[in-house]
Amino acid sequence: MKESDTEAPSVCAGCKATLTRRERERRLFVCPRCGHHDRIGANTRLTQLLDPDSFRELDAKVRSRDVLEFPDTPSYGARLAAAETATGHSEAVVTGLGAIGGTAVAIGVFDFRFMGGSMGSAVGERLARVIDRARTKRLPLVLVTASGGARMQEGMYSLMQMAKLAGVLGRLREAGVPYVSVMTDPTTGGVAASVALLGDVNLAEPGALVGFAGPRVIATTPGEELPADFQRSEFLFAHGMIDQVVERRHLRSTLTRVLTMLRGPRAQSARRR
Amino acid sequence: MARTYLDFERPLAALDARIETLARGGDTAEQRRTEAERRRLARRVAAGLTAWQRVQLARHVDRPQTLEYVEGFCDDFFELHGDRAFRDDPAVVAGVGKTPQGPLVIVGHQRGHGTRDRVRRSFGMASPEGYRKAVRAFELAERLGMPVVTFVDTQGAYPGVGAEERGLAESIARSLQTMATLRVPIVTVVIGEGGSGGALALGLADRVLMQEYACYSVISPEGAAGILYHNQGRKDVARAAEALRLTAQDLLRAALVDELVPEPMGGAHRRPARAIAKVSERVRWHLHDLAGQRVRDLLGKRHARYREIGAHTT
Repeated sequence: MKESDTEAPSVCAGCKATLTRRERERRLFVCPRCGHHDRIGANTRLTQLLDPDSFRELDAKVRSRDVLEFPDTPSYGARLAAAETATGHSEAVVTGLGAIGGTAVAIGVFDFRFMGGSMGSAVGERLARVIDRARTKRLPLVLVTASGGARMQEGMYSLMQMAKLAGVLGRLREAGVPYVSVMTDPTTGGVAASVALLGDVNLAEPGALVGFAGPRVIATTPGEELPADFQRSEFLFAHGMIDQVVERRHLRSTLTRVLTMLRGPRAQSARRR
Repeated sequence: MARTYLDFERPLAALDARIETLARGGDTAEQRRTEAERRRLARRVAAGLTAWQRVQLARHVDRPQTLEYVEGFCDDFFELHGDRAFRDDPAVVAGVGKTPQGPLVIVGHQRGHGTRDRVRRSFGMASPEGYRKAVRAFELAERLGMPVVTFVDTQGAYPGVGAEERGLAESIARSLQTMATLRVPIVTVVIGEGGSGGALALGLADRVLMQEYACYSVISPEGAAGILYHNQGRKDVARAAEALRLTAQDLLRAALVDELVPEPMGGAHRRPARAIAKVSERVRWHLHDLAGQRVRDLLGKRHARYREIGAHTT
């Protein structure tokens, strides 16, 4: 975001309160009045979570291509280019190495502004590589998800990324390297049903939409009403799918704590080698 | 059994009726002539099938389903019910099968035949307990060293309130992870519609076969048409089906599946016994081929198979 925008007024999506962008940024893009957690881009997220200057991005050159020559308007290629201009990222996930509260981590952060955080080949490959990196370097894995699911424009290549990630996560698990998943608004479809809900520890931001089917396709019988917080993180917490709902201002300290505590004897002995 | 004909199969319906009448009347010469005509027409219909017509064939109500393949493949089948946590999901069938080559575990979607059965089975749309039953069966196979065969045949996972409450996404992810690391051979056959994550959840395997008229897609043609053209009219759905590259031929070309299993002319539903025999033969072949492999090699190859999928720059 440009420097000149910092004094521009901006309206809370939750309660319509008006704040300047500078003020919103200071409050981590959480509304001081209603607590609404705004969606934030990958860069903002990384800045909020990681120790200063600790981030080293990996695999930024892994990009998608229009393998199906998908008949979309605008074309898939044009959509990718527009998303890159809007976000400054070359795909919907940014991956790399960094540190949180002194603990070195392998990390992947989705950017929902990039084609709805959708997962095509490049997103799948970047995640697979950062997960493999976590395993070989024995670094805890942190993934922050925000995605509508598999990317339609790459057809079955996108769907198969779920299988690819199930495999690399399975290996991480067998290697005894911990994985903390942080679900943010929204996390649905193929990303929810592959990486997001498989954390050793599952965290979510308040009010985040998390589920498999999008709320519009949920089948209800006539007269049946959806629960008020249906598919929100509090709902998932109540149903045993996530360990803690964590406000954004506590996310970094929570991750710091849990990452320090997830060092089992196995991880420690590996460290000494 | 009364046959169901799709729009583009209509011309065949008249000939089928005629053949039946002739067979009853005993006019063998005319019957043979009509049957030859029917074969020519069926071939013409089959050759000109669009992607959307293939989807309709894949969804055909008369198409054989998991339990029929099980019956054809096994001398005996002991069905397992329930996820041991919530309930039994009839949209997924799981059990142990006895074959001349030895016992194995079979899991598959079951859409159901007839209105009552189809409703009971949620039209083959599985809930979390269905995938958890599958995981239970996979783990049993691993423990006893039996190979696994799965049949994929679903428009997708069940998009209901209860299914979401009980963790549909988690159950799919867990099934995928279990299959990815399972220490016994897995062969999957897509026998109908492979609808997105709910289909893939039972389809991560060492060998993935697809019947000739089956389809497999990241999103349904109807769903894609809604997004692409803000429309679900017939023409737009047909266009979306084309765009998604979801036919068995498309997937084989992209090396996303390993083998295409031929079907009888016009589709498996026209001659179920032959379709079932062909699938059984190919599954047996692959199980035999995988049987000798060391667990390490098996898992390494399965991992590599999926690890390498992607159309991205490096």
